[in-house]
Amino acid sequence: MRVVTYGEWQPLWLLLAVCFLLLPVAANAQTADDDFRAVVAEFGDANFREKESVAERLLETGHASARAVLTALLEDRFFFRQQDQQPFIVESSDENLSSFALIDPASLEAAGTSEPDQLDRVITNNRLRRFLRITIARFALSSPDADVRVDAVKQMLRSLDAASIELLRERAIEETNSSVSYEIDTALALAALDEDEGSARVAAINTLADRLSPEVYNRLSLLLERDEDGNFIEGNEDARLAATEAIRRIDAARNVYSIIETAFFGLSLGSVLALAAIGLTITFGVSGVINLAHGELLMLGAYTTYVVQLAMPNHIDVSILVAIPAAFLVTGAVGVLIERSIIRFLYGRPLETLLATFGVSLLLQQFVRSVFTANNRPVVTPSWMSGTLQFNEAFSLTYNRMSIVLFTLIVFAILLLVLKRTRVGLEMRAVSQNRLMARALGVRSEWVDAMTFGLGAGIAGVAGVALSQLTNVGPNLGQAYIVDSFLVVVFGGVGNIWGTLIGGMSLGIVNKVLEPFAGAVLGKIFVLVAVILFIQRRPRGLFPQTGRAAESS
Amino acid sequence: MTLKHTCLIACISLVIGLGLPVAAGAQDTIKVGVLHSLSGTMAISETTLKDTILLMIDEQNKKGGLLGRQLEAVVVDPASDWPLFAERARELLESEGVDVVFGCWTSVSRKSVLPVFEENNGLLFYPVQYEGEESSKNVIYTGAAPNQQAIPAIDYLMNEVGIERWVLEGTDYVYPRTTNRILEAYLQQQGVADEDISINYTPFGHSDWQTRVSTIRRFGSAGKATAVVSTINGDANVPFYLELANQEVSAEDIPVIAFSVGEEELSGLDTTPLVGHLAAWNYFQSISSPANSAFISQWKDFVGSQDRTTNDPMEAHFIGFNLWAKAVEQAGTTDVDAVLEALPGTETPNLTGGIARVLPNHHITKPVYIGEVRANGQFDVVWQTDGTVPGDAWSDFLPVSEDTEADWVNRNCGNYNTQTNVCSGTAYQ
Repeated sequence: MRVVTYGEWQPLWLLLAVCFLLLPVAANAQTADDDFRAVVAEFGDANFREKESVAERLLETGHASARAVLTALLEDRFFFRQQDQQPFIVESSDENLSSFALIDPASLEAAGTSEPDQLDRVITNNRLRRFLRITIARFALSSPDADVRVDAVKQMLRSLDAASIELLRERAIEETNSSVSYEIDTALALAALDEDEGSARVAAINTLADRLSPEVYNRLSLLLERDEDGNFIEGNEDARLAATEAIRRIDAARNVYSIIETAFFGLSLGSVLALAAIGLTITFGVSGVINLAHGELLMLGAYTTYVVQLAMPNHIDVSILVAIPAAFLVTGAVGVLIERSIIRFLYGRPLETLLATFGVSLLLQQFVRSVFTANNRPVVTPSWMSGTLQFNEAFSLTYNRMSIVLFTLIVFAILLLVLKRTRVGLEMRAVSQNRLMARALGVRSEWVDAMTFGLGAGIAGVAGVALSQLTNVGPNLGQAYIVDSFLVVVFGGVGNIWGTLIGGMSLGIVNKVLEPFAGAVLGKIFVLVAVILFIQRRPRGLFPQTGRAAESS
Repeated sequence: MTLKHTCLIACISLVIGLGLPVAAGAQDTIKVGVLHSLSGTMAISETTLKDTILLMIDEQNKKGGLLGRQLEAVVVDPASDWPLFAERARELLESEGVDVVFGCWTSVSRKSVLPVFEENNGLLFYPVQYEGEESSKNVIYTGAAPNQQAIPAIDYLMNEVGIERWVLEGTDYVYPRTTNRILEAYLQQQGVADEDISINYTPFGHSDWQTRVSTIRRFGSAGKATAVVSTINGDANVPFYLELANQEVSAEDIPVIAFSVGEEELSGLDTTPLVGHLAAWNYFQSISSPANSAFISQWKDFVGSQDRTTNDPMEAHFIGFNLWAKAVEQAGTTDVDAVLEALPGTETPNLTGGIARVLPNHHITKPVYIGEVRANGQFDVVWQTDGTVPGDAWSDFLPVSEDTEADWVNRNCGNYNTQTNVCSGTAYQ
């Protein structure tokens, strides 16, 4: 028997080595592609948890197309073809397309087209999407756009592991943008909390002391907890002291921000209330008409927004700016129509105007139901009004609420200008103070009444545009606001514009301060009771209108 | 090819449908009462159900009716006015002499007609998910009881998503309060600490969600996975989801699972802010099964619009009608007592490939599905129960009802206490 030695086989080894060298690079890629395809194919009948591990293995292949596949999965663009169970990325999975453009998941080359109903979409759930988002963020770390990098680091912060920390370390060295570096520091400090060296942990805690993100707060709070035996999880006393101090500072900052936030919530609710009420205060103040159809004028304004959006579907962002004057004109015209056809016969008969305007409100509701059906209509929020203005991790304000506060103030300013600086305004004030005297001086009080009612209605329409961004646009929209509007008007002082603004704002703030403690239901009741008691003391509201005093208020 | 075919069938059926009342009025017909609001706030949801029953009657008549007689719909409009429901029900039962009634949506409307049905020994099929704690001799509940919707939803979130912290957010009325009481008891039983459960109620039509969403966001940032279980009533949902989107709380951070947001509710909405949020139902339009595709195309042809959606209560009416038709054939008469005796044990296929069986407690077996909202207003089913779940009239998780049992077959009682062996006489609270 002979033992085969290495040397004797040398020619074969050489041959093999040559073979390997000669194998085209493509073949290597071919096997990598095949491995990759094999993993991708596993998405076919995996449940959500299995899909997560398939995604992980996809990354481990290190294949250049992994990112594209995972992104497609995240964006609902990853399909299996029914006939041969082949996976494909599609360019766009828009419902309206009659055929989907297929892309091969490994080579990322175009692979023909297919009808949508010949393809099965790979479904994701929240948990998987969250995982994918965090995973894909790793690829975005080297993006040229600094904002993308900040987002990527923030995503990775949600769930740090050894691999992502390593990536962040590497990035930290070459990162030049300060805000990205700041986020990376947070992540690395969080990671450093697991260091063995006590002083390293203390340093990390000190870095984290001014970070407001919940991840940091929760991680620091964990340090102060005890395990089952009653020993501190964090053994180092310096580290515990540092953590206590850090949490105290973060808590203090959070409290300040939460007070500011509540105040802002109050102001924004208040401005909605004031905006809805101000049209009412004009008609009520000048012509003494209790207009129960006021809510429906708000509703008409909201529907005008909807119609304007229908008319210009490709310019949603500007549609709302067009809707403001449109709503003013539409509801203003309806207001004048109501005044001329019904109310002018009923001046000085409050009960009858009450009933008549209630009838008008029902008419308008049914009109809208007949034209637009009883279903709520979708009004799209323009992109510049969605999202938040983030000051820091603990404090951010939503753009739509900020726009509405601003909008309310602008409407008030314009209204004040009209009332104080124009001839119509002068006549309106004259009529509201002393109708007979105004008439004696040549003011056409009937015309002024119509204009007043039109102005009040027009402003209600403008308020409706704002409301369309906050609530359902449906036939019942008005009823939700009519009671609150009356509350504001009565509280602020009938017929006083400033009273309405301040009354609305204070009711809003009181509501929002009470809500966290009392709940929304009880909070509302408290406010209502408080207003009733207030009215007992001052029947004419915050800013009572008393003859000439109205002039100077 | 098939489109043309179905269109033809639809046209013919429409002609037959239109002609029927006149033609059939002459001979003896079986009268089917439809008690759904066609005006007022509930009209949005209930009109669809009225149409569903008309479709079912139409289909049945095409097959030759029941017991050799044609069916005739008697439609009344209770106008979303609860006391009016009772009046209209009385009208249907006493003046019109209908053999069966399909109707009601809100729990309060059902409670309002209950005495009328029990007094006149009528038969009502109720198609909407509700809070349970009821079983009447004269009502068949084809919607989900809490154990067929809310409890499985919690199970999914707890076991599959790993939720540890819960916000139970509801509108302030009977359905959310009862459901949340059951859910709170269930969560505590599952070992969830009190500090990890937050319950809150807001008024009807609540539109200013800033504070609540901000509170939920803070509650959810304590390091434990958090979910919102929403029993918020219809109208208040849109501003709620809008505010969630505005404050950039995504479904991946804090998912919201709703029990009353379905395809119909989503059809008139900009769904972008809702994507990824969840709903628990016993049926979704997106579930692919031959029966479902057939029903959807039947429905679209019947209402003459390709944009209309189907939803869970519609499936409940589909099941309810078929169950009733089967029981009538089995009993050989439309007499309510005979039909009620035949109903328990009757089975009919549902639209998603399972079997609906009437249980002795007058509830039915239903599968439970959890769906995630997609941008097109449809749902992706992300979880479902193995097979069907039998409806439980009296919750096992509430101290007041854990010993109570409904059994109309052996005990002839809707409210039987197994501890004291007493039938408390009233079929409902």
